[in-house]
Amino acid sequence: MRSQNEFSYGGDASVKRPELNQEISDQDWDNFVYNRKSLRGKHLELWQHISGCRQWIKVERDTGTHEIFNTYKADEASS
Amino acid sequence: MQNYSIFNLIKNAFTNHQNWDLAWKDPTPKKEYDVVIIGGGGHGLATAYYLAKEHNITNVAIIEKGWIGGGNVGRNTTIIRSNYMHDENALFSEFGMNLWRKMSQDLNYNVMFSPRGIINLAHSDAQMNAYARRGNSMRLNGIDAVLLNREQVKEIIPMADFSENVRFPIFGGLMQPSAGTARHDAVAWGYARQADSMGVDIIQNCEVTGFDLSAGKIKGIRTSRGDIKVKKVGLCVAGSTNILAEKLNMTLPIETHLLQACVSEPVKPVLDRVVTFGAGHFYISQSDKGEMVMGGDLDGYNSYAQRGNLPTLQHVLTEGIAMMPFLSKLKMLRTWGGIMDMSMDGSPIIDKTHIDGLYLNCGWCYGGFKATPASGWTFAHTIAQDRVHELNAGFSLNRFSTGHLIDEKGLGTKTWIS
Repeated sequence: MRSQNEFSYGGDASVKRPELNQEISDQDWDNFVYNRKSLRGKHLELWQHISGCRQWIKVERDTGTHEIFNTYKADEASS
Repeated sequence: MQNYSIFNLIKNAFTNHQNWDLAWKDPTPKKEYDVVIIGGGGHGLATAYYLAKEHNITNVAIIEKGWIGGGNVGRNTTIIRSNYMHDENALFSEFGMNLWRKMSQDLNYNVMFSPRGIINLAHSDAQMNAYARRGNSMRLNGIDAVLLNREQVKEIIPMADFSENVRFPIFGGLMQPSAGTARHDAVAWGYARQADSMGVDIIQNCEVTGFDLSAGKIKGIRTSRGDIKVKKVGLCVAGSTNILAEKLNMTLPIETHLLQACVSEPVKPVLDRVVTFGAGHFYISQSDKGEMVMGGDLDGYNSYAQRGNLPTLQHVLTEGIAMMPFLSKLKMLRTWGGIMDMSMDGSPIIDKTHIDGLYLNCGWCYGGFKATPASGWTFAHTIAQDRVHELNAGFSLNRFSTGHLIDEKGLGTKTWIS
């Protein structure tokens, strides 16, 4: 168990940057930069272990209860 | 409706105050309304009130999942101000200040509006320059602003830390003398009572479970107390905006985050202004009961918990103690949290949507309470006229895709980059 203080939040991890080698609509950019689902319940999000090993991780957490279901490496696919 | 006055107070004293009218009724939902406002918080109640008062639309229901005034209007730190630099926020908020000034008379309900002034402290020359610029912008928009030097601040708030060897010395501050506080619950109840008296149905313990749309137009809503046919729907649900947006297949530039506040044990009068710390995010005032009312940053991650975690509280109170060391001697009485609809540029959204008859009011971030009257007034206008008022034209939903963001330091969801 590590203290929450050691971690810094990085936002919704399900957001994908549009592929740059193709036409990107304003709507695509809008969705990437601004629009978020932000629902109650399971939420896949990025955290950085900023006061520790400084790695980025993906965390599946409940936004209502803060229960953590799963963690993944930043480049690992979440199931 | 019974008037609240000294005469009625005396009259009712003879019957031990047993015969006062109920402040609002508890109606059963009708089958059909002209307008349904979802969310019985300050903004929703104010919207219904101004729909009835300004636009003569009274076939209106407020649908509230819990009880009215149980959300952020009952959880804020009651600060009222219009110390904004940009026109969109400044003109909107100052319009609201004028509504605040006459609210108690207007609603026949004492909202205890106390224009005691707000001081934003500055801790560097650069910050003083920034405040001078903001103050000038405010004055150009007709808002009162006074730039104070260190000595002037010391005269007003001598209990702040003016010693020589502090990490964040006080250089001065920007004061808006007409800013202040009000009793937040009274605002919700006052609006509710007047809206009810004009025919608005306030329906509590009723959850909206879905929407009926047809050809891009709103036809009705589904609730835990039956379906309701409706011509226009206004969303005023703050931290629950994303939950209802999902039912409408909308994704919004809004994240739901948790903001905490706290009060200390009551003490003798010591602070007669609202003061904010300039080297972090901390604000403080003293309530009429003597409690020090304090708040600061978001917890910093998406949350619907309505209760916060201690690290953020500790961080915020550390700032408080840096600013006013005497706070360290006080015991904490209560802490609580509310869920905020944080917009991506820190400014709100009051707009129509791509769905005909569906109107959106959200994105209030840290500043929802003070906006209550102006938000209700402009949202009522937007719904009644089916077009935005010039006061809320800047708070458009599409500003994020068109690039017309409002560059106010309102702090959006990403507090860590500010």
